[in-house]
Amino acid sequence: MRRAPSPLLALLPMLLVNGALLTCALASVFPLLWMLSVSLMPPGQASHLPPPLLPHGATLDNYRQLFALSGMGRSLFNSSLLAALCTLGSLCFNVSAGYAFAKLRFRGSQRLFAALLGALVIPGQVALIPLFLLLNALGLVDTYAGVLLPSLAGVFGIFLVRQYALSIPDELLEAARMDGANEFRIFFSVVLPALRPILVTLGLFSFLGSWNDFLWPLIVLERDELRTLPLALASLSREHVQDRELMMAGSVVTLLPALIVFLSLQRHYLAGLLAGSIKG
Amino acid sequence: MNAARAGWIFVTPALLALSVFFLLPVLGGFVLSLTDFDLYTLADVHNLRFVGLRNYVRLLETPLFWRALANTVFFVVAGVPTSIAVSLATALLLHSRLARWSKVFRTALFAPVVTTLVAVAVIWMYLLHTRYGFVNYALGLLGVPRIDWLGDPHFAMPAIALFAVWKNFGYNMVIFLAALQAIPEDLYEAARIDGATPAQQLRFVTLPALAPTLLLVSLLTVAGYFQLFAEPYVMTQGGPLQSTTSVLYLMYEDGFQSWNLGSASAVAFVLFFLLFLLTRLQVALARRWSAA
Repeated sequence: MRRAPSPLLALLPMLLVNGALLTCALASVFPLLWMLSVSLMPPGQASHLPPPLLPHGATLDNYRQLFALSGMGRSLFNSSLLAALCTLGSLCFNVSAGYAFAKLRFRGSQRLFAALLGALVIPGQVALIPLFLLLNALGLVDTYAGVLLPSLAGVFGIFLVRQYALSIPDELLEAARMDGANEFRIFFSVVLPALRPILVTLGLFSFLGSWNDFLWPLIVLERDELRTLPLALASLSREHVQDRELMMAGSVVTLLPALIVFLSLQRHYLAGLLAGSIKG
Repeated sequence: MNAARAGWIFVTPALLALSVFFLLPVLGGFVLSLTDFDLYTLADVHNLRFVGLRNYVRLLETPLFWRALANTVFFVVAGVPTSIAVSLATALLLHSRLARWSKVFRTALFAPVVTTLVAVAVIWMYLLHTRYGFVNYALGLLGVPRIDWLGDPHFAMPAIALFAVWKNFGYNMVIFLAALQAIPEDLYEAARIDGATPAQQLRFVTLPALAPTLLLVSLLTVAGYFQLFAEPYVMTQGGPLQSTTSVLYLMYEDGFQSWNLGSASAVAFVLFFLLFLLTRLQVALARRWSAA
């Protein structure tokens, strides 16, 4: 006769699965929480053994010093401005193209779209050096425009919008045409409202892409006043590697806006990630 | 105005931008890689000379290039399978019927993906600090002697790979999770009726259903890991003893520190060519594997 398993034994798989998840989740967020904690410590406190977890006598001095000494405020402004403009630019350039590829049959549109997708195999790094020379010739090196121009239109953005726009019913567009609306009118009053969720997703990807970008701004920006947060942080870390409390405050300032934006729009971000990965 | 005409008008801005800021530079990059474009050319374009494939030949004769390639390959070979394994394991855990609060866990596991690389690289520099870092402290509790993670040529690249896995695994985890949720419940039902254990269900139902996703994820991840740059730039500056100099790092140094833009373009195209071959190889292997 079989005995019923003891309640503890029945609970064991549940405990194992959730225990493993908790461990992994802690490993994921621990560095971020530790950063926040160290950023509030008085200078030098983190360099002790055992490494302290929580600040003793928490202070905002590191943040004060950060903004006073290193032009971090200016970098915060630069990053915000560039990310906002990049989001706007990406919406202006990619949305109409994505919609046209989905719904406006024009000669060669299919082949053109296939060619764009094919271009995805080319890593962007191949274009960096000539792009630098091109912007240099245009006098745009070391300007905001130099950072922005290459990120205006993107194959990924066009693809994202096109996939979503395919779901707009043709009858809706036809009805508007019957009513005598021209194509621009249809785009603004019928298509854009229908595309709203994907506009949020595209905007979010553009914003975070610009906010987190490193290599291109590193190449194209030289003046300190134009530096974005990642550039400022990278150069700060070369000068102030010993001041870990200060460096952690710098990391908080760099990370927090991106994390807040992501957390408040998480659903849209994950939707875009999945839509973008089903291209294979 | 008809719809076809509007179509052209709607795609033209994006096509123009892509042509000028992507297509043209890519083609220009190849031409550039066949020249000796350097600081003198930047000052006066008349110094430009066409050198044919000499940049490529010289590159293949440079020990540092092979070193950078070996470092990058090590990073890919160590990082990609680890990253995919962690992604798959966490996706399976999140998908498990036993998981509680899986939304909260998912957000926590995914958070590193959206973080700014430079900022988290700085955090990890301190976590990996030889004396005051948490990693060595935790290992010390287990009796492991201190490791100079970023200062020892044997450990620097593994440490960077570990960091990269922490930063990136959530991306593929979300893709795997969606693929798991798309597997029809009937398949598991049928397997259970046939008496399959959970392990057998994983082996004969879950994994085969995930095969296409696995191919996609490995293509994207290999391509991403080959473009290693910011991690060594921030954490090790390519050192110690050039043990973390990646191909892209070499291109940056050659191009934008030494201003050898011609030969740096050759580095970029070699990277592109290798990635292209590797993608082909992976697809071919996957075909053979699924045919077998």
